[in-house]
Amino acid sequence: MAALTYHAPTTLDEAISLIANASLPAKVMSGGTDLIIQMQRMLQTDRLIVDVKKIPEMTAATLDEGGLKLGPALCCAKLTRRQDIKALYPGLVEAAYLIGSTQVQGRASVGGNLCNASPAADTIPALIANGAICLVEGTNGRRRVPVEAFVTGVGQNCLEPGEMLASLEIPQPLPRTQDAYLRFIPRTEMDIAVAGAAVSLTLDEDGICTAAKVAIGAVAPTAIVVPDAATALIGSRLDETALTAAAAAASDAANPISDRRGTVAFRRHVVGVLTRRAATLAAERVGALR
Amino acid sequence: MKAHVSTTINQEPVEFLCDPAETLLKVLRDNLGMTGTKEGCGSGDCGACSVMLDGELVCACLVLGVEAEGARIETVEGVASADHLHVIQEKFLEHAALQCGICTPGLIVATKALLAENPNPTEADARYYLAGNLCRCTGYDKIIKAVMDAAETMRQGEAHE
Repeated sequence: MAALTYHAPTTLDEAISLIANASLPAKVMSGGTDLIIQMQRMLQTDRLIVDVKKIPEMTAATLDEGGLKLGPALCCAKLTRRQDIKALYPGLVEAAYLIGSTQVQGRASVGGNLCNASPAADTIPALIANGAICLVEGTNGRRRVPVEAFVTGVGQNCLEPGEMLASLEIPQPLPRTQDAYLRFIPRTEMDIAVAGAAVSLTLDEDGICTAAKVAIGAVAPTAIVVPDAATALIGSRLDETALTAAAAAASDAANPISDRRGTVAFRRHVVGVLTRRAATLAAERVGALR
Repeated sequence: MKAHVSTTINQEPVEFLCDPAETLLKVLRDNLGMTGTKEGCGSGDCGACSVMLDGELVCACLVLGVEAEGARIETVEGVASADHLHVIQEKFLEHAALQCGICTPGLIVATKALLAENPNPTEADARYYLAGNLCRCTGYDKIIKAVMDAAETMRQGEAHE
C-alpha cells in the first residue's frame, strides 16, 4: 500500500475542510470494509483518509415523526439491533443484515455501501424503495439528492470534490406501509447479490394497494426504480394478475450482464420472481401490523 | 510518518507506533507480537483475524491500526483466565473441533461474541452468525457441536450462580 495520511475529525465542518483542502486524493472512510481492500490494490497512490466515525451525527440513528435520520457511518451490526427501526423499515434492516459476515457488519455501514456504489449493493434498492434522500454537505453548502440519483454508475456517485454524504433521511412510512428486500445468491449467506428487489407498499383497510415503490439491484449498472411495477401493484389486492404484471415490469426494466454469478436471461427472470415475492412479503407484513 | 496510537487491548493500556496504512492485524501480530490472531485471507472473507473492537466482532484485517486510537480491543489472548481455559476453549478441545487450527482463534472470539449476544442460539443461528469464519479443513460439524455444547454449559453455569 502507498503512503496514507490519516485524520479522524470530530466535526462535519472539520471533515469537509480536510477533504476540500487536501493536497492528496482524499477518501472519506466509514467502516472501511471496501476502502481498505481497494487501497491495498492501488499500490502507487498516496492518499488522505478522512475517518468520519468520530463525528457523532455520522454514527447516530434517530427516529421522529419525520422518519429516520441515519448516520451514514453507523455500522450495520448496530443498525440491525435497532428493533424500533426494524419495525418501520424491516426490508432496509434486512438488507443491512445481508452485507458480508457478522464481522463485516461490525464495520460496514449503509452510507459506505451507498457511496461505494456497487451495482449489487444490498441496501441501495431498499433505500430507494423507502424514498431515502441523501443529505450532501460540502464547501458550497448543502444539497439533497434522492438515492436513485446519487449513484451515477458502477462505483460512481454524484459527490463533487469537497463534498461528503452527511446523512440519510428516510421518510416516515405512511400508515399501513411496510417494505421487503430479497436477493438471490447461490450460497445461503456471505455472497454478492445476483439479483435483488426491494418493495415498499401501502395497503388500505380493504387490502387494496394505494402506494408502492419498487427498486431492483444487480441487474443494471446502478439500482433502478421500476415505476411500471409499482403501477401494476397500485389499485390491486396483489392478486395473481397484479403480481405477474409487476414481475414482468421488473424483468423488462432489468439491463443485466452475464458474469460468473449469472447470465442475462437468468438475472432477468429472477429479478421478476424476487419482485413478486418481495411485494407479497411486504403485504404480509402490513397484514401483521396492528 | 508513523502514527502514535493509545488503545486498550484485553483491558491493558497499550501504546504503539504504526504506519497509517498498516492494518490492525499487522499491528497486533508484527508490531505487538500478539500472534494469537491469525491471518487467513487478509480481505475480510475468512474471519481468522476476528477480534472485538469496542464491543463489535470485526476482522482485524479490515481495520487500520490507527483506528484503534481510544478503542477497546479484545483478542483471543484475553479469552482464557490466568489459570483456566474459557468454557468455549474447553469445549473446542473436548469435541476436537479443530484440525490445522488456523481458524480456531477467530472462531473462539466469534463464538464468545455470539453467546454474549444470544446465550441460547439454535444451530441455524450459530451457523449464520459464524458464517464469516471459514475452516479450510471443513470441520464445521465438530465446531458447531462444540459451540452448542459451550452454549448449554454456559447457560447452566449462569443458572447455578
